[in-house]
Amino acid sequence: MTQALFADFLDASVRNATPLLLAALGETVAERSGVINVGLEGTIIAGCLAGLVAAGAVGPEAGLLASGLAGVLIAGIFAFVAIALAADQIITGTAITMLGLGLTGTLYRVVYGDAGAALTAPTLAPIGIPGLEQIPVVGHALFRQPLPTYLAALLVPTVWWWLYRTHSGLALRATGENPAAARASGIAPGPLQAIAVLFGGLCGGLAGGTLVLAQVGTFAEGMSSGRGFVAIAIVALGRWHPVGAAIAALFFGMASALQFVFQTLSLNVPYQLFLALPYLLTLLALVFASGRYRAPAALGARTSRSE
Amino acid sequence: MVIPSGTNRSVTARALRLSLSAIRRTYGAVTALDGASLKVAVGEVHALLGENGAGKTTLMKIAFGLDQPDEGAIAIDGEACTFRSPRDAMKRGIGMVQQHFALVDAMTVAENVALGAGGPFDLGRTVAVIEEISRASGLPLDPAARVRDLTVGAQQRLEIIKALARRSTTLILDEPTAVLSPGESAELLAWTRRFADGGGTVILIAHKLREVLSVADRITVMRRGRTVLTGLASEVTESSLADAMLGASSSQPESATAPRAAHSIENTPVISLTGVSVRDSMGVKRLHEATLTVSRGEILGVAAVEGAGHSELLRVMAGRLAPSDGTLVAPAEVGFVPEDRHRDAVVLEATLTENVALRGAKSRRGVIAWNAVRKTTASLMRTRDVRSDNADALMRTLSGGNQQKLVVGRELLGAPAALIVENPTRGLDIRATSEVHAALRAARDDGTAIVVYSSDLDEVLALADRIIVVAAGRVAAVAADRDSVGRAMLEAQ
Amino acid sequence: MKFRRIVRPLFELSLAGVLAVVVLALLLWASGYPIERSLSALWSGAFGSWSIIASGTIVRATPLLFTGLAVAVAFRAGILNIGAEGQLLTGAVAATAVAMTVSPTIGQFGAVLALAGGVLAGGAWAGIAALLRLRFGVLEVISTIMLNVIALNLTGALVRGPLQEATHTFPQSAMLTSAFRLPRLIPGTRLHAGVALAVVCAIAMAWFLRATASGFRLRMTGANPRAAFSAGGIDVARVSVTAFIASGAIAGLGGAVEVTGVTYALYENLSPGYGYTAIAVALLARLNPSSAIGAALIFGALESGASAMQRDAQVPAGMVGVVEACVILVLLASEWVGARAGSVRSFLWGGPPRTAVQAEVADS
Repeated sequence: MTQALFADFLDASVRNATPLLLAALGETVAERSGVINVGLEGTIIAGCLAGLVAAGAVGPEAGLLASGLAGVLIAGIFAFVAIALAADQIITGTAITMLGLGLTGTLYRVVYGDAGAALTAPTLAPIGIPGLEQIPVVGHALFRQPLPTYLAALLVPTVWWWLYRTHSGLALRATGENPAAARASGIAPGPLQAIAVLFGGLCGGLAGGTLVLAQVGTFAEGMSSGRGFVAIAIVALGRWHPVGAAIAALFFGMASALQFVFQTLSLNVPYQLFLALPYLLTLLALVFASGRYRAPAALGARTSRSE
Repeated sequence: MVIPSGTNRSVTARALRLSLSAIRRTYGAVTALDGASLKVAVGEVHALLGENGAGKTTLMKIAFGLDQPDEGAIAIDGEACTFRSPRDAMKRGIGMVQQHFALVDAMTVAENVALGAGGPFDLGRTVAVIEEISRASGLPLDPAARVRDLTVGAQQRLEIIKALARRSTTLILDEPTAVLSPGESAELLAWTRRFADGGGTVILIAHKLREVLSVADRITVMRRGRTVLTGLASEVTESSLADAMLGASSSQPESATAPRAAHSIENTPVISLTGVSVRDSMGVKRLHEATLTVSRGEILGVAAVEGAGHSELLRVMAGRLAPSDGTLVAPAEVGFVPEDRHRDAVVLEATLTENVALRGAKSRRGVIAWNAVRKTTASLMRTRDVRSDNADALMRTLSGGNQQKLVVGRELLGAPAALIVENPTRGLDIRATSEVHAALRAARDDGTAIVVYSSDLDEVLALADRIIVVAAGRVAAVAADRDSVGRAMLEAQ
Repeated sequence: MKFRRIVRPLFELSLAGVLAVVVLALLLWASGYPIERSLSALWSGAFGSWSIIASGTIVRATPLLFTGLAVAVAFRAGILNIGAEGQLLTGAVAATAVAMTVSPTIGQFGAVLALAGGVLAGGAWAGIAALLRLRFGVLEVISTIMLNVIALNLTGALVRGPLQEATHTFPQSAMLTSAFRLPRLIPGTRLHAGVALAVVCAIAMAWFLRATASGFRLRMTGANPRAAFSAGGIDVARVSVTAFIASGAIAGLGGAVEVTGVTYALYENLSPGYGYTAIAVALLARLNPSSAIGAALIFGALESGASAMQRDAQVPAGMVGVVEACVILVLLASEWVGARAGSVRSFLWGGPPRTAVQAEVADS
């Protein structure tokens, strides 16, 4: 593989990894508080549509902001039903995904009509860091990317600091391990979990915005393509740690970028293999990571009012 | 003011620290507290006594803000207060160590102490604070240790240090000695004495009279959600306390009248273990080369503190756990009444009939004859006096005592060769307790080999024909008297 | 007792149907569509005539019933099988493969063989997740979703490759010959034998759970695996794996039925999310196989009416997906209301549904 090809491969890897990392960071926080949000897919697709609409109306940066807000909104519904009403998290999450997909598909048609022809959005241009972007091989990949990539990179140490260097982070982690213990220490698990979930929604929405505004440039029904579920797998692979999530996300980004490499090398492999590759790799990785990773002890448990 | 030590202290000169008046609390149809009161003075060790279900824990949960009363008043240092959450109580200097520890296993001691505390987040400072408190109070603890690696006694010390770190001056300890060996219990009780002498206040919830009388200044007895007796520890006797706890017209403690040597123990072994060892999931040996026999028609009592390895021993005998080494000879079907009924013995969301059908579920084939099972259940309910509407009621609707009676009855169906029971009367009222004890004795008289473990040493002594002690994973036979057993339980701790 | 067993589910199902219509009306109003025209289009698309009921609603409900049963039996055993979608697809693939390789001289037995292929394939696909769960502790929520996507892409690759029709123009298989097609129950309609098979499965599963020892063991394992082991001596691992595979087999049968009874060919978008709607079906049915028939019909009616609604009133078909999601959310919310209302709840909803996730968490 030539140096130029490898550089392009890295560039594509980082690009693919960005939305996955954003979503995975948010989900890491949520799962650390004990809530598994399979409705993440719904927040992503909501971010996609909101990003398109706001970018068309105002501009790409506004689009990114709007996508985050849309994610918060969808996650808010999930938080209300799964936390406040203490419903089963898996069923609620599935409903939220169905809601997100159906709602965005419907709204898209309602607003833009049946034509749905390549409605393009103004996109976020790559921002280069002078000097660093000239580094051979990794320069472009790491230092010449659109805004969301830098955002994701900054979010990793931010989330780490939040979880491990603040009281709220400690309380959040305790809630995910033993809500009764948290309660006995004067912590209210419910509101904390809600904040974690809303943060997850914000990140999921941003991930969707990234897809539209920094990659594809347009919207299509169902364009999230299961990335929400890949993000959930990334969280598990990353051992529920923000740095782990970053590594796992990059790994997945590389897997997707392989398609590009193979095509350039004119290797004739059905493209479905590449579409399926991240999911296959997730399964394999979960198998090899088994036994040694510990999920938060109270992950998925219904929130209860009393002991 | 010079405060003399010992239990002969005058309390008139001391200010009232905590006052609970006329507290009423109902949960649906159940009245947990019916006008209970408690007055605790500064600097005293106050024992709160009562049988299981008397309302002691409920009352203290209200004092700690974990629950709110329907009626009644709380006052701290003379000021009326309402506690909406533990945070409010902690602000007033009240700390509580519950029976089931509220600790996060995956985190370290320091993180657990830092949880919920105010001020800037600085684990280094928390470690320093822990070391300081540990030294000053005489409670050894390693701030860097992970909770899941700590012994039960150490975890309890952590709970106390947590409360002290929150500047608690009043400590509520709920059945603290239940998980400790007699030696550790004595140490803890002596510590509470020193803490009170230093100006702190301790409320000790217990149901073991002898222990608390040795350190308490004053005593309050509760029964059926009410306060029935309160006074100086120096002015009560064990029998007056027992009367108050059980009711004035209570009969003699059953242990005195239970016929012990009335039957002869046949020497036919039913269960025999030779060199049986058990390793846990981490590979650590929990039971070391146990060798023992249980014969037809006898009750073997097992005495141990939590974590001693008796849990594994019981499950090996019951056939629910495979030994890592050694030989086990046991009947194909052994009855088992585990201590966590809701988790291991019953399905709350299923009907009584379905729960009875669980017995032998593994070997059922084809279609289940539900009518026959229903009949069996109904007759079981009659003979064991299980109070419920009918055999199709959900298990969830039964009281704890009735659930347990049904479980014991189910396990004794078909007169099995052996039965293992673990804390069979925990949480049960006196009536249900004596009914379960009678059922066990009757089964023994019919020839069943029974193994009984109870964390209540008196229960073991009352029921058993002979006793073994499990200490640090090793089994030893002991004479059936309190002192021998107590000493043996301490071995290798 | 029997009265309550029939009346309560019927009441709940009717309530859900009404709820769906109300939610739909609200959505239509909010999006500015003509409510009356849309709803009447929905109704006529679902129940307009006997032939529509037969060829539309019931036929649409059939794969939902198969996958709904699959999800229900898995959830009852404490298994979070979100993979009915992929299991259905692999079943469809297997049925098609059988139809393409076995000689048509086999006669009508060919259809049976194709269905058998679907059962085996669906079971095997679920078996992968079951094995991962058993041997490696992989959460089946994640693994089954992964397998769904893999199955989709597998199907896509196959219909553009080895299973593609002879002219190699379209991404679909060749049409199934009559030997492999399911017979029609009512000539002139699309009502095929698979419908009867689905109903039989539902009744059989209800009987299995209620009356047999195996079914009892399955239910107890899902309700409380620790007590099932300790008090009943039940081999929880074995029961779970068997239930998981059986769940996949039923979904696979559903896929095979779709191919041999409705589409007569395999293509990538065979399933518009049946496996996910199945969760709604199972939840609505309170995990009872007999109630699943009614629940599947409600969703079948919604989806059948949706196409008519799109055609006659230009309402996007995705609206129905939103309605389904809202129905689930409202049902979940009503559980909370019901829990607060005490006795009203016991009358309306009975006990809480299996919290499969709790069993899962307890085991990890």
